[in-house]
Amino acid sequence: MRVTVARDWAAAGLREDEYRRICEALGRVPNPTELRMFGVLWSEHCAYKHSRAYLRTLPTTGPGVLRGPGENAGVVEVAPGLAAALKVESHNHPSAVDPFHGAATGVGGILRDVLSMGARPVALLDSLRLGPPSDPGSRRMREGVVGGISHYGNSVGVPVVGGEVLYEDCYTKNPLVNVACVGLLSTRDLVSSAARGPGNSVVYAGARTGRDGIGGAAFASDELDASASQLDRGAVQIGDPFAGKLLIEATLEVLRTGAVVALQDMGAAGLTCAAAEMSARGGVGMVLHLERVPRRERDMAPAEVLLSESQERMLLVVRRGHEEEVLASYRRWGLCAEVVGQVVEERVLRVLSDGEVVAELPPALLTGAPAYRVREEEPDSRRQLRSDRLRDLPSVDPTEALRTLLRSPAVACKRALYTRYDFMVQLRTVAGPGGDAAVLRLLEAPPRGIALSADGNGRVAYLDPWAGGAWAVCEATLNVACVGARPVAVTDGLNLGNPERPEVAWELAGVVAGIADACRALGVPVVGGNVSLYNESEGVAVYPTAVVVALGVLSDVRRALPAGFACEGDLVALVGASGASLGGSEFLKVVCGRVAGAPARPNLHLHGRLLELLVSCAEDGVLRSAHDLSEGGLAVALAEACLLGGLGARCELPAELCSGGPAQALFGEGPSRVLVSLDPGRYEAFVRRCRDLDVPVYRIGRVGGRTLGLWGAAGDVEVPLDELRVAWEGAL
Amino acid sequence: MSFEPRFGVVVFPGSNCDRDCLYVLQDVLGYAAEFVWHEAQDLSRFDVVVLPGGFSYGDYLRAGAVAATSPVVAALRRFAAAGGLVLGICNGFQVLVECGLLPGALVRNHSGVFRCQWVHLRVERTDTPFTRLYAPGEVVRMPIAHGEGRYYAPTEVLADLEARRQVVFRYVDGHGQPTAEANPNGSCNAVAGVVSATGNVLGLMPHPERCAEATLGGEDGRRLFEGAALWVRERPHLRAEAVG
Repeated sequence: MRVTVARDWAAAGLREDEYRRICEALGRVPNPTELRMFGVLWSEHCAYKHSRAYLRTLPTTGPGVLRGPGENAGVVEVAPGLAAALKVESHNHPSAVDPFHGAATGVGGILRDVLSMGARPVALLDSLRLGPPSDPGSRRMREGVVGGISHYGNSVGVPVVGGEVLYEDCYTKNPLVNVACVGLLSTRDLVSSAARGPGNSVVYAGARTGRDGIGGAAFASDELDASASQLDRGAVQIGDPFAGKLLIEATLEVLRTGAVVALQDMGAAGLTCAAAEMSARGGVGMVLHLERVPRRERDMAPAEVLLSESQERMLLVVRRGHEEEVLASYRRWGLCAEVVGQVVEERVLRVLSDGEVVAELPPALLTGAPAYRVREEEPDSRRQLRSDRLRDLPSVDPTEALRTLLRSPAVACKRALYTRYDFMVQLRTVAGPGGDAAVLRLLEAPPRGIALSADGNGRVAYLDPWAGGAWAVCEATLNVACVGARPVAVTDGLNLGNPERPEVAWELAGVVAGIADACRALGVPVVGGNVSLYNESEGVAVYPTAVVVALGVLSDVRRALPAGFACEGDLVALVGASGASLGGSEFLKVVCGRVAGAPARPNLHLHGRLLELLVSCAEDGVLRSAHDLSEGGLAVALAEACLLGGLGARCELPAELCSGGPAQALFGEGPSRVLVSLDPGRYEAFVRRCRDLDVPVYRIGRVGGRTLGLWGAAGDVEVPLDELRVAWEGAL
Repeated sequence: MSFEPRFGVVVFPGSNCDRDCLYVLQDVLGYAAEFVWHEAQDLSRFDVVVLPGGFSYGDYLRAGAVAATSPVVAALRRFAAAGGLVLGICNGFQVLVECGLLPGALVRNHSGVFRCQWVHLRVERTDTPFTRLYAPGEVVRMPIAHGEGRYYAPTEVLADLEARRQVVFRYVDGHGQPTAEANPNGSCNAVAGVVSATGNVLGLMPHPERCAEATLGGEDGRRLFEGAALWVRERPHLRAEAVG
């Protein structure tokens, strides 16, 4: 073995104290190959060094939770004997450098995380944060990212059923590409990534190993500099959805044989990470023979084989004596499959190349990077922004403001984007993109279904991290409840700047506390998630952006509620929180050109009661539509309900909703507010339910006609639907 | 014993609507159906063979081009020549034009991008095995999901196709008019589906299996499969001939 020279720790991406810690634990100096293995496994991306202390505070258990964080995906029961695997992951850094392939491989990676639990992937959601579409670079970025997701998702045959895209200047250089996947499995087919059984074989399956993506995990743990787009292209992997599709089918076939003890995707840090994590989780060791790894290129160094992030590869532990049937299945699907090693009792990861030991490390040390906690400090500038009372807002014509908001990229119709994704394949999609939440039927447990929604407002979290975290949970769970589904689990994707800066540490602490408090109050566990840090360039960090993906269960998909108005003559009511704020609102940004003020903080107990109200009313057929108030507040929600249903409405706001002034009443934002419509004959029963659950309800109008009319203290708005449609649909 | 049609659903590496087609045939319609691996060399036990949608062989080279050279397609030629019913949906349609069982070509959408949406189709012929349960000129709704679905053929081939009434489905608006806006991919003559001169091979870009149940937004695709089943039931003697 060669020995390292002292400076090598820095090149491997380690800190000096980390290097010393490794030497101490090993009782020797790691060789260069071993050092590079530590470099990637101890990177922020793999080890969650700066987020782990916070993530520990999240509630992760519940009656239906079969697997929480720590596995490749969370697993929760959605019907007797049937479970859903759920996970969100970011591919921000690769997408910044190569939007198309960065986003495409993000899809491939999350599919294999869900597959690793033994689940067939049945749905994808994408949550994008980009620079404003007025900027040509950001438009190209959007084109690349949407094209990449479309390329991979459509080909692999997993529908993209929902998602969201928001635009802010802070995402121009640092786009956020978060993709979530849901898979279904019979609870008895649940598999683990924990390697077990000394003597069992370690099997490599899938595509060949090349030099692409080497050091990707370390790259994802660094800030992007101006020249990144040229230099780091080698750190971006190229995905092959065809191989990805074959890998899904072959792996599911292999799992049915009962020969598989454990499996894991070779994602970030490739073979090294999979072998180390599987060994550490099972409390065993592995011996690997690198010369048996199928390769795409000649003369690859051992470290390159160990660290390659070539896509579409899985590592399996297979029961001794059953190797041939596993290899045969993969080969029948045209994939590579080789026995590359054995599980051993000794807790060591011993890597040989042509018989020579090139690395010999304890798995627990490889996966045992230290956790850091940095001083948290709220910057004064942020405190000032939040304390802005917004008293000097210009007076605006409400009709013109409504048009402006409908045209704004955050609010405008996303049809031109989501129709580029196949959202129907697999025949489960009862409600696809464009509504509050996607609804998928469970063919295995009819008439049940699941609902999915991804949400997160970085601007709110920028002004008030706790509110931003809690709000993301509230909005995702509310969207799911609006279609009539009971939220049962969430997965969270956190995207922030450099965590070594006290300002970002303060944001991280606040956002996680908000998510933790909300999930605890609502009784909804966080079953897994992802943290992406160092999303900053040239000293500018992204808004602290928590993307929360909620999974809900519907007892009967035929009762799923639409967001749009359904019937002429129905009553329109606003239920939930009465408070709204212009702080951090879309109105304040696009109409007044400011990002300031204090966003409304959620009342989590009221939110829980509101979820209960919506689910029970949908199940009993009390409501005909439900749509949550989000960007643009009440006026935009009304316009959307009209446009989605193709029906007008005439509304009058009660004085108590207008006490904060007309702009706040029409365009103020806040969590826990829902617009519902219902048969007038059901109204009394509905009000009784609201009273029983102590949820405020305001009757505001009636569905009908071809215009949206809004009268009262908030000022008058009357616009033909056709005009609203031009603004809403014409923007993209 | 009643005479029940037997459906085969071909699985190419990269097919992704194979399970959907099997589900509709077996679970929704109650027919006898099974998967056929792309290496199969004999299709004679089937009455109807479905080439499902997806991205066979990743659609590398050209959509459907690699699949067109697979062993099962050689068997499919014999099966079709013997009068067996063949239905190619989306990527299956692309395979059928690539292997020459249907005329024309399917090229990149006019918009340059993939489109997943509902479209209106006009049924141009009801005297084929697949379309007999539709009314002449009926306007139906089906989903499309493709990036390379623009039907193209040289002018004289198109004229010939129209003269022989081989265009079975055309993209139209809700009123049955083939307007430019109603044509989702820029197909020549708004062609959405084509039948062979012999009438037993049909290819279409829309997905009838995605609209066989009301829960998914429509049932207009169902009659395509039911029509084929009925046609087979009425002709028990053909199976013996095909096998022979």
